[in-house]
Amino acid sequence: MEERTLAETIKEVSRKHLEENGGLLIGQCITALGWVNGTVPNVQGIVELPMTDVAGAGIAVGAAMMGRRPIFVVRFQDFMMLNSSPFVNYAAKVKELHGKTAPVFIRALASEGMGPVHSGVLHSVFMHFPGFIICSPMTPGEYEEAWEVFMENDRPMFVSEHRSSFQNTEELEDKVHKKADITLYGISYPRFALEETAKMLAEDGIVCNIVHIMWLKPFEITDRLLEPLKRTNLGLVIDNSFEICGAARSIAYELSDASGYPVKALGLLDKTKCLCKPYRNEAPDSKLIFETVKKIIRDC
Amino acid sequence: MRTPDLNVKSGIAKQFSTELSLKLYERICLVRWFEKGLIEVIKKKGEPKFVYLSTGQEAVAAALSFELRSYMIFAQHRAHDIYLTFGGNPVMLRDELMGLPAGTSQGKGGSNCLQYHMNGLTMFGHHGLIGENVPLGVGAALASGRKTVCFFGDGSAEEDYVLAAMGFAVTHKLPVYFVCVDNDLSILTTTDVRRSWEITKIAKGFGMPCMDVADDPWSIMHYTKELTENLPALINCRVCRNNWHVGIGTDGPPEWERHAMVKQELIKLGHKQAIDEIEDRVQRSMENLWKKEL
Repeated sequence: MEERTLAETIKEVSRKHLEENGGLLIGQCITALGWVNGTVPNVQGIVELPMTDVAGAGIAVGAAMMGRRPIFVVRFQDFMMLNSSPFVNYAAKVKELHGKTAPVFIRALASEGMGPVHSGVLHSVFMHFPGFIICSPMTPGEYEEAWEVFMENDRPMFVSEHRSSFQNTEELEDKVHKKADITLYGISYPRFALEETAKMLAEDGIVCNIVHIMWLKPFEITDRLLEPLKRTNLGLVIDNSFEICGAARSIAYELSDASGYPVKALGLLDKTKCLCKPYRNEAPDSKLIFETVKKIIRDC
Repeated sequence: MRTPDLNVKSGIAKQFSTELSLKLYERICLVRWFEKGLIEVIKKKGEPKFVYLSTGQEAVAAALSFELRSYMIFAQHRAHDIYLTFGGNPVMLRDELMGLPAGTSQGKGGSNCLQYHMNGLTMFGHHGLIGENVPLGVGAALASGRKTVCFFGDGSAEEDYVLAAMGFAVTHKLPVYFVCVDNDLSILTTTDVRRSWEITKIAKGFGMPCMDVADDPWSIMHYTKELTENLPALINCRVCRNNWHVGIGTDGPPEWERHAMVKQELIKLGHKQAIDEIEDRVQRSMENLWKKEL
């Protein structure tokens, strides 16, 4: 079977939806400048919005209320600060309040190193609000799974994508050892750093389990997540959104609560993501994860 | 210019059938007597606290309920009048306001979140952010091609997303009728304090047919017939609401009393007995409806 990148998978999923389901794909500047990193197909059903953040999202929610299951593309997650209102205040509440539905697939693209309003990762913000399904797929298989879940459900889905994952063709497998020192749980882009981290730690005699987390909300504690932690009695959740009130801390709490073992969190510092290299406040890389694990084990 | 006769067509009521005019009056009375009952309940029980009353502006919805019957409705937070005049069940509205499971949203929404999807009526619930319903309605029209009416107030008209959604509707030639129910107030701040522009001039700038008119129901029906021939279009209806933005309080008598003016017009047309009977019937019906809560 021919290898497909994540970008090609997104494009194909979208094409099928537009051509076969009568779906819509709505967003700003989506048919120019590389068609959103090659993820948007050139077919009927695309609605180019004017630069109307907020109204544009409302238009997508209105379309969702008519059963068109729109894909709403926001090229930089930071722009969700403007676009969030119709999703948070309407789409996510309409089922609980009125028994109606507004299923919209929100493709929110994260980036790295592009400055204060183009590098944000906002899935933690959306986890706070009721009514959303939230995931962060990083592989072709995960994306297809996310799409299937969206089509089977009637809630809005916040899909936290990352541009750096678009050329990925590999599935990311958990690595669980019979005997290990710590279990690393990865979310979003930092997941790609876990293998390298594990190698670095192994050189220092530290064995770690690697567990990948794609579904952020609802967050279901499964054996796949819990069993590795029971073997290590210690865990670390790594995410590329801000650590304070963020996904890493929230999920660390849930895992710790469910297992009774300490689970730490590693996310972004409480600082603006600036454009210049020393001030970027970038996603945890293998070096930072390595140092964090060493400190956790030393302190334990 | 805000006056009770702004662009009102003199003698226009005569152009409409007696039957329609009497039905129009009945719908106006329905809103007033429903809300009178609600006010009595609130005075007695102190609940529900957060009600957004329509009395004083109900002639607009009553008029449009004849012209826009097949439209999908994206109402605003103040919608008792829209709900009742377009055919929503008053008992379900009462139960919604009282937080009961038999309400239109099982009592979860309340006064500013009214929906109704029965008896051929499609009215989507609002969630309380003013003007949020306008982009939703525009998106629904885009996705379905169905005729849609979006209600909003002069305050909501200032929301950036309302203006942007109107522009989008024009670009895509969507079948949307924008209805601005203009009482010149955002809470208690008058329009001239808030802005220097008029919504009809914005609509014209977008290239939309539009009309600025006082809440004379016959004139609203007349202009709506014309405007809806070429959607999207906008009508700005000048109204005087009786009660506060939220709650049952008042700040003195309204600038004009459209209900009394409509009544006077119908008396002039020789319908005194008929309208007395209508009002009496509606009054008794609404008093009966609220009896269980009093």
